[in-house]
Amino acid sequence: MSEKTHAYLQHHFANKEQQYESAKLGMWAFLVTEVLTFSGLFCAYVILRNKYPATFELCGDLLNANLGLINTIVLITSSLTMALAIYYIQNDDRTKTVQCLGVTLVLAAAFMVIKYFEYTHKIHVGQLPTEGFFYPNLPESVGEGANKEMIRPGFYFSVYFMMTGLHGIHVLGGMVVIGAMMYNTYKGKYSSEYYTPIEVTGLFWHLVDLVWIFLFPLLYLIG
Amino acid sequence: MSKHKHEHHIIPLPTYFKVFGALMALTVITVVTAQIDLGGTINIILAMFIATTKASLVLMFFMHLYYDNRTNLIFFLGSILFMVIFIVFTLIDIDYRDKIYKEGAMSPQGGKSYKEYITKQPPADH
Repeated sequence: MSEKTHAYLQHHFANKEQQYESAKLGMWAFLVTEVLTFSGLFCAYVILRNKYPATFELCGDLLNANLGLINTIVLITSSLTMALAIYYIQNDDRTKTVQCLGVTLVLAAAFMVIKYFEYTHKIHVGQLPTEGFFYPNLPESVGEGANKEMIRPGFYFSVYFMMTGLHGIHVLGGMVVIGAMMYNTYKGKYSSEYYTPIEVTGLFWHLVDLVWIFLFPLLYLIG
Repeated sequence: MSKHKHEHHIIPLPTYFKVFGALMALTVITVVTAQIDLGGTINIILAMFIATTKASLVLMFFMHLYYDNRTNLIFFLGSILFMVIFIVFTLIDIDYRDKIYKEGAMSPQGGKSYKEYITKQPPADH
């Protein structure tokens, strides 16, 4: 281990390797809390789907699966460019790092724009998380006797808006941080010696991608 | 620790592109299989299996867990464990709680069945 002091090495760490590992473990601890935050909404999804299977099947068909697919491709590509940004900073190529972060930022913005069109369409046709809207394409209830199920689109759209909304907030937050990373890299603050902030930003961005990997089939596909 | 490498592991570029290709292929597969009606439950299990595979690829290669300090992996698996406990136990409660009322499970009060116990209570309104 090099005992040379670095400007970025904080005094309470023994060396830069320990500082790097601590920062990453701290980020993973934060990601754990993120998973648990989302798990509340996944739990709500599982319970409501369990109680109202026909509602979820019928309402899932109201979503535009093509837009969901495009958003999945956009987000996975942005994950790749984020990973590439870390690859290039590890190889001291700042120009390409800034470019990769820039592409990630553009893809994140594209995701939000598509989400905006989806949301405005839903608000326009009244597919909202409340009871009392008229859904011309949906029956009042399905099944007979003990199997009779009231169709409650409000339940489905509560889950839809809460899950995609919380995910969207994470995308917006990620965009702010990625923008800051771009600026700092452009200013020459990071190198192969020290790139921990980009590394942990990457971890956050991949978690946002992970959540979407589950949201896409749950909300759009298995309707 | 002696095995601590001074240099961080740099994943070669082809690995990133292969993982990206696999993620795209799995996305197409999950969309295609969702069009085929295999009976609701099988569709759900298949979609979740593909999503879990995709998530594992992202975790292992994009998030470097495959090469990383194992502590990070253990932290993350801990969150998954507690998420599973949360969801499974809530589901058990939701699905089986009404059996207490329907099948007259024993109550903790005086050994009467729960059904007997609740029917002997005066109406709540009066």
